[in-house]
Amino acid sequence: MAKKSVIPYGPQHPVLPEPIHLDLVVEDEKVVEAIPSIGFIHRGLESLVDKRDFNQMTYVAERTCGICSFQHGMGYCEAVEHIFGVEIPERAKFLRTIWAELGRMHSHLLWLGLLADGFGFENLFYQCWRIREKILDMQEMTSGGRLIFSVNTIGGVLKDIPADMLRTILSTIDEVEAELKTVQKTFLNDYTVQTRLKGVGVLTQDQAHDLGCAGPFGRASGINTDMRKLGYAAYPYIDFEPIISSDGDSYARCECRIGELFQSMDILRQAIAKIPNETDLATPVKGNPNGEYFMRVEQPRGEAVYYVKANGKPYVERLRIRTPTFANLPGLCEMLKNTELADIGLLILTIDPCISCTER
Amino acid sequence: MSVMNFAPEALKNLFKKPVTTGYPFVPAEYPERSRGHIEISIDDCISCGMCVRCCPCGTLSVDRIKGTWTIDRYDCIACGYCVTKCPKKCLFMKQGYQEPGAEKASVTYTKSPEVLAAEAKKREEAAAKAAAAKAAKAAAAAEKN
Repeated sequence: MAKKSVIPYGPQHPVLPEPIHLDLVVEDEKVVEAIPSIGFIHRGLESLVDKRDFNQMTYVAERTCGICSFQHGMGYCEAVEHIFGVEIPERAKFLRTIWAELGRMHSHLLWLGLLADGFGFENLFYQCWRIREKILDMQEMTSGGRLIFSVNTIGGVLKDIPADMLRTILSTIDEVEAELKTVQKTFLNDYTVQTRLKGVGVLTQDQAHDLGCAGPFGRASGINTDMRKLGYAAYPYIDFEPIISSDGDSYARCECRIGELFQSMDILRQAIAKIPNETDLATPVKGNPNGEYFMRVEQPRGEAVYYVKANGKPYVERLRIRTPTFANLPGLCEMLKNTELADIGLLILTIDPCISCTER
Repeated sequence: MSVMNFAPEALKNLFKKPVTTGYPFVPAEYPERSRGHIEISIDDCISCGMCVRCCPCGTLSVDRIKGTWTIDRYDCIACGYCVTKCPKKCLFMKQGYQEPGAEKASVTYTKSPEVLAAEAKKREEAAAKAAAAKAAKAAAAAEKN
């Protein structure tokens, strides 16, 4: 039996987009255990509830993460709206859905680019990010921010998307779809890509279930979980089914996310077709929130949980954010067992880690 | 499964124009709604301080007597909350991002001397009116006694 040794991996590493540290216990080139440690970029956002009132916290919440920013803001607003017991206007629900799906598309395209970079396909990485740029332009056109939208407010949304902008979104997603099909062919059919992804980092359905994996990472292992099915925003009016794969390897995760990109385009088309013509965008709320609520939203990386407890004062008593990467870290450590040391960088990427979200 | 199926795309890209633009030599184009930075139409401001109270990062300050509105642009997160809260709608988001600088300095906007003089006159009138009302009230109370 080979001698065991420990290799520190991260927090500064060329392949890691964000700082996570892993102590890899290796036998020769084989990893036998991975021990994670986080806490390098803790910002104390949750404790800001003492200093910012519940309206200001909307802007703090959506800055938890740069990539799933809109969904963080939406999760917090939905939680506070439930505490107030207000029903937001129908158009605002559809607008939230449209922005959420645009956010999901740009996040998945970013991930595809990083994955391509991870397995050394630079050209594919450029193409994914080139396509993503179109989505970012849509986000800037509709909300004013390329990544941070700042359109959510307690009771609805602050900005409308007029009909001409909705038409532009439709024509842009047609272009994106055509370009994505070219990229999809390479990701799913190319021999070199398959050699790097197939059978690498397998997490079985039972393991994923026991470890509570969320989002595309869990769905790629065959777990049928999608918080959009709980029916927040306008998702009850949209016809869609979670994209599930049963292989549980890196290829399945890639396949799942590419499937979700096409699904997001479909959801966008349905939402734009069904959006009601209303002028009202936000229901005004009076007073301060009093009560607690546990909101679950489906972010691009998986299920995020927003727990808000308020006590009738302008400052919320407790805000707890559980992000999908935090739920997926045990799955990552399990998946890394018995893998080659050379695959570690790629495998960490396959869970789409967002460490700054996780540490808040 | 196929081999080198991205090669046609890569070859096509050799003969296409670059997707990137030549910023800063080519000026950036911003959409109409772009939240670049905050501007103020200072003469319309009533120095109510609503923007100061609502700012999530505490970057604004207002001096009613001096007629100034100060922003530390390096602290501002361009969320636009002050713009939605301003009762006189004198704050607005403008295209173009804050330029980098060597020092973290704040910018102060001061009202024009005419507006300041008019406001001072209004304040004096209001003070005189209040003093007159107080004197009348005191006189009425004295008469009653």
